[in-house]
Amino acid sequence: MRFLKGSKPKESLYELQTEAKEQNKAARKGRKAGSNRRDRRGRQISVLYLLPSIIGVLLFFVLPFLIVIYYSVIDNPISGEFVFFDNFVMVFQNAAFQQAAKNTLMFSATAVPLAVVLSMLLAMMLESKIPFKSQFRTFFLSPMMVPIASVVLIWQVLFHYNGMMNEILGWFGRDRVDWLNSAYAQVVIVILFLWKNLGYNMILFMSALSSIPKDILEVAILESATPFQIFWHIKLRYLSSTILFVTIMSLINSFKVFREIYLLKGDYPYDTMYMLQHFMNNTFGKLDYQKMSAAAIMMAVVMVVLIGILFVTESYFGKDVEG
Amino acid sequence: MKRRKMGRSKDELSTERWDKQVKTKKKIRNTRQMVRICFGTLFAGCFAVLFLMPIILTITNSFMAASEISANYGQVFATSETGGKVYISERVNLKFIPDMVSFSQYITVLFKSPEYLLKFWNSVILVVPIVAFQLLVAMGASFGFTRYRGRIKEIIFFLYIILMLMPYQVTLVPNYLVSDWLNILDTNWAIWLPGIFSPFAVFLLTKYMRRIPTSVMEAAQIDGAGEWQIFQKICMPLCKGAMCSVAILIFIDYWNMVEQPLILLADSEKHPLSVFLSKINAGEIGLAFAVATIYMVPPILVFLYGEDYLVEGITYQGGIKG
Repeated sequence: MRFLKGSKPKESLYELQTEAKEQNKAARKGRKAGSNRRDRRGRQISVLYLLPSIIGVLLFFVLPFLIVIYYSVIDNPISGEFVFFDNFVMVFQNAAFQQAAKNTLMFSATAVPLAVVLSMLLAMMLESKIPFKSQFRTFFLSPMMVPIASVVLIWQVLFHYNGMMNEILGWFGRDRVDWLNSAYAQVVIVILFLWKNLGYNMILFMSALSSIPKDILEVAILESATPFQIFWHIKLRYLSSTILFVTIMSLINSFKVFREIYLLKGDYPYDTMYMLQHFMNNTFGKLDYQKMSAAAIMMAVVMVVLIGILFVTESYFGKDVEG
Repeated sequence: MKRRKMGRSKDELSTERWDKQVKTKKKIRNTRQMVRICFGTLFAGCFAVLFLMPIILTITNSFMAASEISANYGQVFATSETGGKVYISERVNLKFIPDMVSFSQYITVLFKSPEYLLKFWNSVILVVPIVAFQLLVAMGASFGFTRYRGRIKEIIFFLYIILMLMPYQVTLVPNYLVSDWLNILDTNWAIWLPGIFSPFAVFLLTKYMRRIPTSVMEAAQIDGAGEWQIFQKICMPLCKGAMCSVAILIFIDYWNMVEQPLILLADSEKHPLSVFLSKINAGEIGLAFAVATIYMVPPILVFLYGEDYLVEGITYQGGIKG
């Protein structure tokens, strides 16, 4: 048969694969050329499906953001005089902005790593052999569902100067702490943030842990690797993209801690709880578009840079892992 | 025969000893594992208690009569407005179980003070259209992103991801400007429209839809199905689960919103309960817990009903790169 067909048998799997790839490519090219009229029509229709969303996003996010960029470099909307970075400098020198930026930075820098590490620990705990796993998962996830406004009352009872935490401190003979009106305020909001976000992060880590190939772990155990080695050299590698994502999400969520603070303390909380969102809100009261625009753009730039750095580090550490 | 009398051979003896050793080792390992499991469970249990306590406390406290609340927490809420250190002598008395179960809080909220129900209704009115229409728009968009992928579409999709990753502080100013320009500030539209076109659901559904094998759609196409039929008969049914999880995620997010109404709705009559709740604790603590509990009910019901969908949705969010 082989002789009749006159074609050599394929030597290896590799050759077969490359051939298949080429065929696929050719097929794709044929498709891309759009020789088929029905195909072109389908393509047009698929754009039609996209259109509502694209128009909405353009109208509500992209175009106004361009306007915001414009506003951030002009004097005021009426005269429209170009002032380069004056607005940025002005915002930067604003004492309230400095305070807000510092607090937000401090908060994110402590809360995000804590959230990542603790949620990873929780996920590993639920991965190990303990009973009632699904119940525990439900319990850990439940804070995510509960509106902040609903539990704020309890936080007040706990962290008020006359509250429960001070009562507990009293049992141990410690002095009372004014949790919400002192340097401890940051501690409190970190706790509230962790309470709210650990469950969500934990789910992400759990799904990543369960997708680590079992055979690699088994080999490691056979070769008598210590649990720490397994964690450090295998699991962490496979988790790297999830760690990246959890870090980014925690970062974004850490800016939402404004909700807790606002519901606890209103527009003007204690100094160390004054976040960027407070700054924005209070600037909205004055309708100072230039300042707000400059602040928003600075924030966007910082976010893009941070996310870029995270992506680069992740691709460096996780490069040899498919995932 | 002689040998037998002497007893067991050397080999037998050693294997027996070996067996014994293995057994004890196994025992040690088993007990170690048991201890580890116990510790793990204990640890997880402690965490679970910490996580659940605030929620349970809110619920149980909602069954206290107003007088009991003010007796227990009076000083907390009485001083929260003035800033603090007035009633140092009195103590807070945190209670898990009320002395007397009473529904007086609920009765006051439900029958005597309609403003809370009105605010609850505001929340519903703000959130439900966003969930419904964001899903609708996103289904279309993700279908568009899935079919006939090209470079331009990929670039646009990347833009969506970046937009999704921006914190609210960045998109807030643009939102405000557009609302001002369209003259919808201070109306519900100012919250609805940016919510409906938020790129979040598009991202998630696209990721899900791209997992449907293209061959399925191509087969349908060959059989003469138009794009609408492919969308309706293939994508919609296959994405039902994903739609549920996205809906839940959107719902939680917007049920919780605080920033948007504060800035876009100057009229506090239109504020949702999530904002309004922070303003009632000063005067009417007697019913605050009941209102808080009522506000908790819808998301908790959604959670209990769709926990698996929620978990699945979060998991899909995970692979941001792929």
